[in-house]
Amino acid sequence: MKLDTNCENTWCPGCGNFGILNVFKKAVLELEKKGVKRNKIAIVSGIGCSSKIVDYLNLNSFCSLHGRPIASAQGIKLGNPELKVIVFMGDGGCYNEGIAHLIHAAKRNTDITVLVHNNRNFALTTGQFTATSPKGFKGASAPQGSVEEPFNPLKLMLASNASFIARGYSAREDHLKNLIVKAVEHSGFSFIDILQPCITFFNTYGLYNERVYEMESSQLDTKNKIMQKIEEWEYEDNGSKIPIGIFYKQKKPVFETELYKKSENHKLKKVEDLI
Amino acid sequence: MNKEYSILIGGEAGQGSRKAGFIIAKLFSEYGYRIFIYDDYQSLIKGGHNFSNIRASKEKILSHKGKNDFLLALDERTMTEHKKDLDKNGVMIYDSGKYFLNLKNKRGIPAQKIVRELGGIPIMKNIAIIAGFAKTVGIKWQVLEKVLKEEIKRSQDLNLKIAKTIFDEIQSDFKIEKLKQKTLPLISGNEAVALGAVQAGLNLYIAYPMTPASGVLHYLAKNKDSLGVNVVHLENEIAVANAAIGAVCSGARTMVGTSGGGFALMTEALSLAAQNESALVIVESQRMSPASGVPTYTAQGDLLFTLFAGHGDILKFVIAPGDAEEAFLWSGEILNLSWKYQTPSILLIDKEISESTFSFDKTVLNKVKRTEPTMWDKQQGEYKRYTITKNGISPIAFMGEKDAVVKINSYEHDEFGITIDDIDGIKKMQDKRLRKFEGMKKEVEKLNAVNVFGNKNSKKAIIVWGSTKGPAKEVAEKLGVKMIQPVIIQPFPEKQMKEVLKGVKKLILFETNATGQMEKVLNSYGIKVDKKVLKYDARPFLPEEIERGIK
Repeated sequence: MKLDTNCENTWCPGCGNFGILNVFKKAVLELEKKGVKRNKIAIVSGIGCSSKIVDYLNLNSFCSLHGRPIASAQGIKLGNPELKVIVFMGDGGCYNEGIAHLIHAAKRNTDITVLVHNNRNFALTTGQFTATSPKGFKGASAPQGSVEEPFNPLKLMLASNASFIARGYSAREDHLKNLIVKAVEHSGFSFIDILQPCITFFNTYGLYNERVYEMESSQLDTKNKIMQKIEEWEYEDNGSKIPIGIFYKQKKPVFETELYKKSENHKLKKVEDLI
Repeated sequence: MNKEYSILIGGEAGQGSRKAGFIIAKLFSEYGYRIFIYDDYQSLIKGGHNFSNIRASKEKILSHKGKNDFLLALDERTMTEHKKDLDKNGVMIYDSGKYFLNLKNKRGIPAQKIVRELGGIPIMKNIAIIAGFAKTVGIKWQVLEKVLKEEIKRSQDLNLKIAKTIFDEIQSDFKIEKLKQKTLPLISGNEAVALGAVQAGLNLYIAYPMTPASGVLHYLAKNKDSLGVNVVHLENEIAVANAAIGAVCSGARTMVGTSGGGFALMTEALSLAAQNESALVIVESQRMSPASGVPTYTAQGDLLFTLFAGHGDILKFVIAPGDAEEAFLWSGEILNLSWKYQTPSILLIDKEISESTFSFDKTVLNKVKRTEPTMWDKQQGEYKRYTITKNGISPIAFMGEKDAVVKINSYEHDEFGITIDDIDGIKKMQDKRLRKFEGMKKEVEKLNAVNVFGNKNSKKAIIVWGSTKGPAKEVAEKLGVKMIQPVIIQPFPEKQMKEVLKGVKKLILFETNATGQMEKVLNSYGIKVDKKVLKYDARPFLPEEIERGIK
C-alpha cells in the first residue's frame, strides 16, 4: 500500500515541512523492515502547517485540537498499548497552547514519540511569535518585535525527566531519519525538536546551514555535559553554533506498562458481587 | 413506635461522623429498613463541622428530613447547632463524660471516659456513641458486632471492646421493630455511576479529581482489578477529555468525570468528539455556584451549560438520573447510546446524588448490558471512517485494525477523513451528522425518557429533574399529585412530555438553582409552568419544603 494519499499538498514551496514528510516516510519503511506493522502505527497532529502532515500520509491518524495532540496520543496508547504512537506538532501548539501536556507526558514516561516542527513562529496564522521565537521577532502581534526571550525546550524536557531528548534539522534528512527511527524504537517518552525553516515568515535556512552541526552524543556522559550542550544554543540569534543529535537517553519504567500491571492475586468479579 | 426514623450525627471533620452515620444506617438496613443518607460536610480536612442525616423507613425513600428523632453529638457544636433539628420528642445522645446537657430527652454516654480507660484514641468516641445509641434503641449486640466487624478494620478488637463496654452499661429505652423485608445493599450515587458503566462494558476511566465527582474515580481506582477496568488520573481536565477521545478511537469504552469547573475545560474536547464522531461520555456532577462555588454542596445550576456546551452545530445526549438506581441504569445506557451514535454524552448528576447513600435494589442490574455499535465489516471494501450512510452512522474500525487505515479528523473532512473546505463536501458531512441527530431524537422517544410518579390523573402536577426527584416523589405520592421527571433532556423527549402533560391544569416546577434553568428548557418547547419554586442555598429540597411549595 502506498504511503501517500491523494490529498493536495498546500505547504509553501520550499517549506521545511517537506523535509520532515520525506524523512518520516523513509523512517516508516525502515521501521517496517525492523518488524513494525504499518497498521500498528498511529500518527497524531494538531493545528497549523505541521499538522497537515497527517492528511498526506496513508496511515492511521488523528488530527486533534490545537495544543492537544499529546493528550490525544496518550489516550490512543492507553486504548491500545500495542500501537506505535507518533505526534507531529508545531512549536505554537507544543510550547505555547499545550505545554502542560508535554511536561506531564515526559514526566510520566508515556510510550509515545513527539516530533516538534519548530519553525519558531505561528505560521498558519500568519507569523506571530511563539515560545521559541528569538527576542525581537517581528510579527503581526508584535510589529515592533517581541519583547519576550525564548525558552530552550530541551532544557525543559530534561527538567521534566524525559527519557529521550534530541534535536534534528529538517534539511539534514539522513540524520533526522535516524533520529526518528531511534525515537520510535525507544521504549518510553521520546522527544525531538526539529528545526524547520519557515520560508515565508521566518526563513532560517541560511542561519541553520551555517551553524547547525552534528554532535557526538557519546561524549555526553554526565548531566553537566548534557546541560552544557543543551545550553550551547538558547534559541536566540546570537551567532552561536547549534548542535543536533541525541542529548539524553535513559531506560526507565514505561507508564502504560506500570499502570496496567494488575495487583497480585486479583480476582475478576462481577458487578453484582461488588454491591 | 413508628416505622420511620431520622437520625443526625455530627462532629468535627476527623471525628469520623460520616463513617459513624454509615454504620448506623447499616444497623437499620440489617433490620430491613430502607435507607437514605445525606452527608453535609465542609471543604476542609480537620475541624469545622460535618454531619450526616440518616433516614430509615419501611418504604423506599430518597431524601432526608428536617426534624430528627435522634441527635448524636460527637462534639459540642453539634449539640448547640442542631438542637433545633430535634423533633419535640427527639432524644439527644451525647458524651456525658465531657458535657452537661440541660434537656429533657437525653441519653448521656460516658464515651470519652470509657475510650480513655480502655486505652483508645479520640476518634474511637464515635464507636462509643454508636454503641450507646444502638443499645438505647434496642438493637441487638450480634447485629452491632457484625456491622462493626464489616466496617471497622483498624484496631478492630479495641473498637469492639469499647462498643461492648458501653453496650453493657447503657439501658434500652426503645425497641426498634425488625421489619420483614430483606436487607438491601447501601451504595452511593458515585458508586452506582461507576458500576453501571462497568456493567455496560467500561474499559477505561480517566479523570482529574474534583468534588463531588471524585468518588467515581476513587471507587474505580480501588476496585479496578476486580472490575477489569483501567483507571488513569491525568494532569488536567483538558488532557482527560482529549485522552478519552483518543482512547475511544483505539477501541476503549471510556468515561470521564468532573464537576462544573472541570467540565468547562472539557467543552473544547466535547466539540471535538462531536466533530470526529467519538463516544466521549462525561459524568458532570454539579456543585453550588459559579466558578469554584461551594465545592461540597449541591445545586442544579449547570443544566443550560451542559445543554449548550460545545462550539458549532452539535447535538449530544444529556441525561439526568434522579437517584442511585437511575444513576446505575443511565450510566450504562449512556455508554451504549453514545457508542451507537458515535457522539458525546453527558450524565448530569449533582452532589446530592453523587455523595448520598441509597438502599439499592439489585434488580436494576439486569436492565443494563453492553450493546455493540455498528462495526466495519471487511467485506465492505476500503475502510472510510466517515462513510456517508442513510442513517448518518458510519461503521467503526479502531486504529490498529488490519487492512483498515483509520483517519480521525477535527477539521471538516471527507469520507476518508481528509481535511476539506469545499462547498459540497462540507454540507454533505454536516448533513450526515444531522441525520444521526434525527436518529437520536427518535431513539429517545423509544426509551423511558420521562418518569411519572404519584397520582397520574391529577390535574395538578409538579415537574422536577435530577436529584429533586427524591423529595418530590415522596410528596407527590403522599398528596396524590402527579410528578413528572424528564430524565433525558437532550434530545428533548417532546412527544413523551406532551403525552404526560395531557390533562394537567397546573404545573409547578422545583429545581435547586437561582434562575429556573429547566423552565427555560420547557419554555423552548412551548411548555409553560404556572409556578416555580427555586432553592439555591446549596442544600437539597426537603420533602416538607416541596409540600409547602405545592400548597
